[in-house]
Amino acid sequence: MYLKKLILCLSALFLAPLSFSAWDDINMTPGVNAIAQEIFGLHMTIFWICVVIGALVLGFMVFLIIKYRKKEGVEPADFDDNPKLELTWTILFAVILVGMAIPATTTMIKAYDDEEGDINILITGHQWKWQYEYMEDEVSFFSNLLTSLDARNNIAPKTENYLLEVDEPLVIPVNKRVRFLITANDVIHSWWVPDFAVKQDAIPGFINTAWTYVDEPGVYRGQCTELCGVYHGYMPIVVKAVSDSEYKDFIQGKRDLKAQQALLTEKLWETDELFAIGEEVYLKNCVACHQVNGAGIPPVFPALAGSEIVMNDKGRQVEILMEGVQGAAMQSYAEQLTEVEIAAVITYTRKAWGNDAGGDGEIVVPKEILDYKNNKL
Amino acid sequence: MSAVIEGHHDDHHHGPAKGITRWLYTTNHKDIGSLYLWFSFIMLFIGGAMAMVIRAELFEPGSQIVSPEFYNQMVTNHGLIMVFGVIMPAFVGLANWLIPMQIGAPDMALPRLNNLSFWILPAAFGVLLATFFMEGGAPNFGWTFYAPLSTEYAPPTVTYFIFAVHIMGASSIMGSINVITTILNMRAPGMTLMKMPLFVWSWLITAYLLIAVMPVLAGAVTMMLMDIHFGTSFFKAGGGGDPVLFQHIFWFFGHPEVYIMILPAFGIVSHIIETFSRKPIFGYDSMVYAIASIALLSFVVWAHHMFTVGMPIAGELFFMYSTMLIAIPTGVKVFNWLSTMFKGSLTFETPMLFAIAFVALFTIGGLSGLMLAIAPADFQYHDTYFVVAHFHYVLVPGALFSIIAAVYYWLPKWTGYMYDEFMGKTHFWLSFVSVNLTFFPMHFVGLAGMPRRIPDYAMQFADYNMIVSVGAFLFGLSQLLFLYVVLKAIFYGKKATGQVWEGAQGLEWTLDSPPAYHTFETPPNLEAGEAKG
Repeated sequence: MYLKKLILCLSALFLAPLSFSAWDDINMTPGVNAIAQEIFGLHMTIFWICVVIGALVLGFMVFLIIKYRKKEGVEPADFDDNPKLELTWTILFAVILVGMAIPATTTMIKAYDDEEGDINILITGHQWKWQYEYMEDEVSFFSNLLTSLDARNNIAPKTENYLLEVDEPLVIPVNKRVRFLITANDVIHSWWVPDFAVKQDAIPGFINTAWTYVDEPGVYRGQCTELCGVYHGYMPIVVKAVSDSEYKDFIQGKRDLKAQQALLTEKLWETDELFAIGEEVYLKNCVACHQVNGAGIPPVFPALAGSEIVMNDKGRQVEILMEGVQGAAMQSYAEQLTEVEIAAVITYTRKAWGNDAGGDGEIVVPKEILDYKNNKL
Repeated sequence: MSAVIEGHHDDHHHGPAKGITRWLYTTNHKDIGSLYLWFSFIMLFIGGAMAMVIRAELFEPGSQIVSPEFYNQMVTNHGLIMVFGVIMPAFVGLANWLIPMQIGAPDMALPRLNNLSFWILPAAFGVLLATFFMEGGAPNFGWTFYAPLSTEYAPPTVTYFIFAVHIMGASSIMGSINVITTILNMRAPGMTLMKMPLFVWSWLITAYLLIAVMPVLAGAVTMMLMDIHFGTSFFKAGGGGDPVLFQHIFWFFGHPEVYIMILPAFGIVSHIIETFSRKPIFGYDSMVYAIASIALLSFVVWAHHMFTVGMPIAGELFFMYSTMLIAIPTGVKVFNWLSTMFKGSLTFETPMLFAIAFVALFTIGGLSGLMLAIAPADFQYHDTYFVVAHFHYVLVPGALFSIIAAVYYWLPKWTGYMYDEFMGKTHFWLSFVSVNLTFFPMHFVGLAGMPRRIPDYAMQFADYNMIVSVGAFLFGLSQLLFLYVVLKAIFYGKKATGQVWEGAQGLEWTLDSPPAYHTFETPPNLEAGEAKG
């Protein structure tokens, strides 16, 4: 099977540049807005200039190799410079470079326009997920990789958008100027959506800006492009561009959800109920570091199974989830998860992997998390 | 300007000491050159094995043979070893062997320092490789070790990494002092600066680059050390520090470093092309000026590695223009090499094949570098496989090919034995085909959107990644053939003459093959003749 695939690949490699229809797979995306298309045009211009120069140089080289191979009775020439010729090609290089610099400069100025947008979205990079905050609407959520661990481990089949799918995409309206304010919470990440030609580093302590304007509704995918730790390859970006009315519904839906979640903290919870929610939350947010069996990857990611804190120190465990751990990968989940989710995941870890038997077995209910938050205020 | 010692010593016909002490205590430039070259050869296989792990993991989508954590360790150490453990020591080894023989000096100016510069290198890499067996694993933050991933979020072994980098830096600085002192003080009478062989010129300039930037690297890692252990906040945003500062410091070192890895290659290739063209190098003066201007420009282009960090537009434009300028001296060099071949009498022995491949493929790497210099387009190229393709084109068929070419070219001189020409050519063709199979498709996956340094990738990149992996395995295996050819020459090779190559010019070819343990104890007098190599 590999052999067949390989032969296919090899022929594709050499034939692909000949047929323009195959260009999509091997060239930069033309993009979906004016600036991306302009950058694509610039790319193609410099690409062809380089191809022509390269072809001339390599072609001349082949000519030299054939024409001047050593022959009986032919003496090599012995000239070793030609100042006029050298000056000519030096000037020629300079002219070509100026020719490239002019369009590059005009495109650069257009790309670097940082006027306010109609909509401003704060994007925060976390190890290893993106947080999107709609600044005008006070709506905020996290966007996690959706691809299952089984698919990554070749147990489940891989879908079309393998590694490029998230649970909650960023939703933006079409025909509006959307400005992104980009920062990071821990290490440096980089937010890249090729179709928008937006790639901007997310740096802790800095807020970088970028913007886009999308005409066509659609789903646009990208990835983190700055090495940000173990799961750098697993924090994709999905942007859904929708009509204005759909966008308004989306924002309203997010607000309603927030109100519902607040109500849930007052509900009386069963342990089993919390355990079930907690398991889900754990598999989505915690397994990357602490692993499915709670064993972690010591010493960087500590084990939860058999941990003294998880078994017998409820107060400290709540504190760790709410505040994170200074100088370690453990971040604060106070904003990432709801009160219910935090209580549930703590309950889950205190009941799973035999921690129940080894420790005090106490559970945490959402009200306790709410109280913790209120006491801090 | 001759500083050659005039006094006599009675023991100047003695050969090397016996046993291991010969290598431990040696102050002989030829022995130390060999040590550097063998060290770099061994590291090539260690760093290469890491590349094989990377390509095996990327053979198909999905997790293959290693965890994402170990994958990052492989990526990081592959880069560190290839840069600091292969390319740089190999060039220093060549400098040791060749500079004294090319300028008619008896040895390097500072032989004991020379011994020390070499012997701390295995210590540095011992420390680095030992981290694989420590708690927390080896460094996993990329060879560019951007803070705060390499400080607040690094594995505990980062401290060992910092000390290893310090030791490598010390070794390079000592080596450069030695090179500069030797070249400026120990040239044979009559060899003026503008009559020096180009390899010597390229190393003189490289050595100045090293002295200028290795302390900057040392500063960067020291600041990391302070942040990690002594509570400072150079790069900690939470303490008022600046993570971007790290990148400015790193690349102020890093860009000249890139040229440190290519300038000596320019020297080597110039010698080989003129020898096998049987014609003097075209535009010697402009070759020297081109190397010097590339070196100077390298100090003002560093932030082209940082077009996406959010610099003001004036910064983006400045670094775009300054980077584009480098194309001029580089273009001059390529055209000079072609003009050297023009109307020559060419033969294609293995060193010439590698040198021609160097010019052709380095040109491709240079052109993709020009594309990367265009800041707005770089928003799309940055941190994708397009960049990986670019720097591998200048480092593998660039720097590494020049080193391989140099080994084939001077091996008969060093050992006194010819290598097997058929096997050498086989090695060349296998390497040439596989290096392109490996790195050319990377341009495409990069443009199509595959980020670098990821252990797994989306489905649309699958086909090309498989080709790349096959190419990489083939390239890796081909280098075993290189080892075989070298060993075969040493143990079973035919005797070489002193001249070795019909068209070779330069002082080293006036010596026997192999040269005596001590050569040019009395400097040759070049006042009358021409010494350009």
